[in-house]
Amino acid sequence: MIEKSLNPQSREAEFVAFRAGSLEFCINIMSVREIRGWTPATAIPRAPSYIRGVINLRGVVLPIVDLGVRLGLPGTEPTARHVIIVAQVDERVAGLLVDSVSDILSVEDTSIQPTPDVASQLARMFVRGVIAMDGRMISVITMDNVLPAGMDLEAA
Amino acid sequence: MDPMAEIRLTFFQECEEQLTALENGLLSMQEGDSDSETVNAVFRAVHSIKGGAGAFKLNALVSFAHIFETALDRVRSGELVPDVDAMKLFLRAADALADLVSASRDGGVEVTAPYVAIEEEFNALIGGGGAAAEEDEFANLAFQPIITAFDEPPPPPAQNVFIIRLRPLRELFAKANEPLALFRELARLGTLTSICDIKNLPFLDTFEPEDSYLSWELRLETDSQRAAVKEVFDFVEGDCDLAIELAQSATAPPPQPEMDITAILRKVREEAPAIAAAAAAAAPPPEADAAPKAVKAAVQPTIRVDLDRVDRLINLVGELVINQAMLTQRVLHSSHVRDREVTSSLEELERLTREIQESVMAIRAQPVRPLFQRMSRIVREVADATSKDVRLRTEGEATEVDKTVVELLADPLTHMIRNAVDHGLEGPEQRVAAGKPPEGTVKLAAAHRSGRVIIEVSDDGQGINRPRVLQKAIANGLVPPDAQLSDSEIDNLLFLPGFSTASTVSNISGRGVGMDVVKRSIQALGGRISISSAPGQGSTFTLSLPLTLAVLDGIVVTVDEQVFVIPLTAIVETVKHEPSRIHHLGDHSFVLRVRDVLVPLIDVGAELGVRGPTSDLRSGVAILIETANGTRSALLVDNIQDQRQVVIKSLETNYMRVDGIAAATILGDGRVAMILDVDALVGPRHHDWAAAETPLAKAS
Repeated sequence: MIEKSLNPQSREAEFVAFRAGSLEFCINIMSVREIRGWTPATAIPRAPSYIRGVINLRGVVLPIVDLGVRLGLPGTEPTARHVIIVAQVDERVAGLLVDSVSDILSVEDTSIQPTPDVASQLARMFVRGVIAMDGRMISVITMDNVLPAGMDLEAA
Repeated sequence: MDPMAEIRLTFFQECEEQLTALENGLLSMQEGDSDSETVNAVFRAVHSIKGGAGAFKLNALVSFAHIFETALDRVRSGELVPDVDAMKLFLRAADALADLVSASRDGGVEVTAPYVAIEEEFNALIGGGGAAAEEDEFANLAFQPIITAFDEPPPPPAQNVFIIRLRPLRELFAKANEPLALFRELARLGTLTSICDIKNLPFLDTFEPEDSYLSWELRLETDSQRAAVKEVFDFVEGDCDLAIELAQSATAPPPQPEMDITAILRKVREEAPAIAAAAAAAAPPPEADAAPKAVKAAVQPTIRVDLDRVDRLINLVGELVINQAMLTQRVLHSSHVRDREVTSSLEELERLTREIQESVMAIRAQPVRPLFQRMSRIVREVADATSKDVRLRTEGEATEVDKTVVELLADPLTHMIRNAVDHGLEGPEQRVAAGKPPEGTVKLAAAHRSGRVIIEVSDDGQGINRPRVLQKAIANGLVPPDAQLSDSEIDNLLFLPGFSTASTVSNISGRGVGMDVVKRSIQALGGRISISSAPGQGSTFTLSLPLTLAVLDGIVVTVDEQVFVIPLTAIVETVKHEPSRIHHLGDHSFVLRVRDVLVPLIDVGAELGVRGPTSDLRSGVAILIETANGTRSALLVDNIQDQRQVVIKSLETNYMRVDGIAAATILGDGRVAMILDVDALVGPRHHDWAAAETPLAKAS
């Protein structure tokens, strides 16, 4: 996904950076549909803990993933100041619950470092690489594994 | 897709339409419709298939269509008046043709025994002249010289008789004139007879559609003068070869006044009934030509629209409905606006929104006619296989249902029709012995009733053999041996899984699917099925279906402050909840006594993990539900809020299937609510009917 930048010559891609807990993440801007404020979600029975439930996004039933919980961070009670990033995941659309959106980054491919081997199995499922920039460490999130693929991921 | 494949695809699509037209026409012919337009339509359908098939070198299809066409042509020309057997042959041939078409589409085409058999029957029917008829096939196409009588009363004899020879040039047609209009004009002047000359008509390969090949010799008896006759041709002057001769003047005594044209016709009719039939069949070329035009004018213009677009529109309108409800709720709740004008505007908006919703839903609605037509083929096949005489009567084919409902109904309906013919109807001897006509009737009727579609499948057969059904159910362990069941309870045993009454499994209805599968598929559509039967008089299965799959009637309940919707189709009743009726069986299992029946009581909150299991089920409301396989259970919820229609939203589109949840919906406040999947909630452990519900259990 990172490789697929808009302009192959410059191999530069844009990312939406956001905070979840104390950490900074970003996702490719091409997979972001919109960013909206938090609205209370309806719980889905028998859902994994990181699924906050579903909301009504203009008639579409949109599942909300608490990205912090998904990445193994402690969960937070969402407030009106929290943000939902509506993102495309293959054929599906999902909302990522994050603390705040910070900025949009233009990054050369070469400045994305591969995820270090020390990272946990869980982190390696979602983190495609790390951008080091102005003293910040920003993890590049891939949406592929964010939604539960089946019941086997429920334990994660 | 390469262009050839695309054309091929179009051909097969058109074939479908032609086959439908063919079957339609044959069926109305079977009903006694001998209108030439019907026969022509049937002929045209086979002919077009043959023509198209020839272009794609589908030789098996061509040769079969050809012999079919030849036989039909005999009917069209009046040489053959099809009797009951011939009509059956035609219908079978239509089925075979449909099979051949689909076989050709899928690749492998073999002319196998059934086709050969039908071909032979055709040959027998038309006197073996199948091939011989070929030579003048083209003449048969449409233009035998036909004597046409314009049915006007014979005018007084002292008249001018004009012989008019008309040969239109292609320019005449290019200027949008047509001979028919001229003839009509002439007929207005007096009595007109016409003879059409087709000897210039070329073969199809050299046929130029825009060219003119026909000429006419017209005989007009009129009291008008030549000028008046000539005036008719004013607009086509120069575009046709025209000769007007005064054959006989009004002043001179007519040479053979008694032998006027009508007399000739009458004489001809007496002498050659076949010719007369031909004349009658094709007779009305003028009228017949005019008629379809009139019909066409009456047919409303339609457009083809991509289904995705329609669905998108439906979604948007669904949103509009929700938004409108939200808006109303918010405005009425904000205390400072209680303006009467605001309220009435909101009401107007609501009315408009509902109207838009209904109109949009109507786009997806389709008549059940094609579905019913498919059933007539099933009836024929099963009737043949069981050697029964069966007539399918249909009613209300114009009734419209959602496209998806129509599609998903095909299988259950097929099964029910097979059952009706195979099990419901008796053999001819048995029927005669019972004082019924040897021919059995299966009736398929559709109608709208109180916002739902009712489809009835009924037969005039022997009815349900209740003692045998009960015996069988007991033998299969479905009910206790000492059970006392009412008639309708026995009838409903048919819907239990694994129930099959046929002592020998026939290859027609005994395909491992029973009525339980039918019931399940109907319920999956949000419908219900019921049965009524009178011994010796027949059975009726009644399906009640929602008009659309986009909305569902449900009751809105709360469980631990969460809102759920239970589909109304599953609900039998709400039960008075008294602690004394609940029995704790340990391990968080409860049963509820409803009248004298014990049913499992399921705590929805605990089952869905909304709250932990509890042994205190004193508060709340129990809702008695029936699942697709006929088991009953009670669902315990905290509160019933409302009964309403909800728009169904898939949860799987963006998430995944959730056990116990059928779909999601959006409520008036804009929040999402889950629609319960009652079958899944009740769970597999309660599947055994006998264990789940013990009728008249004395245990309590």
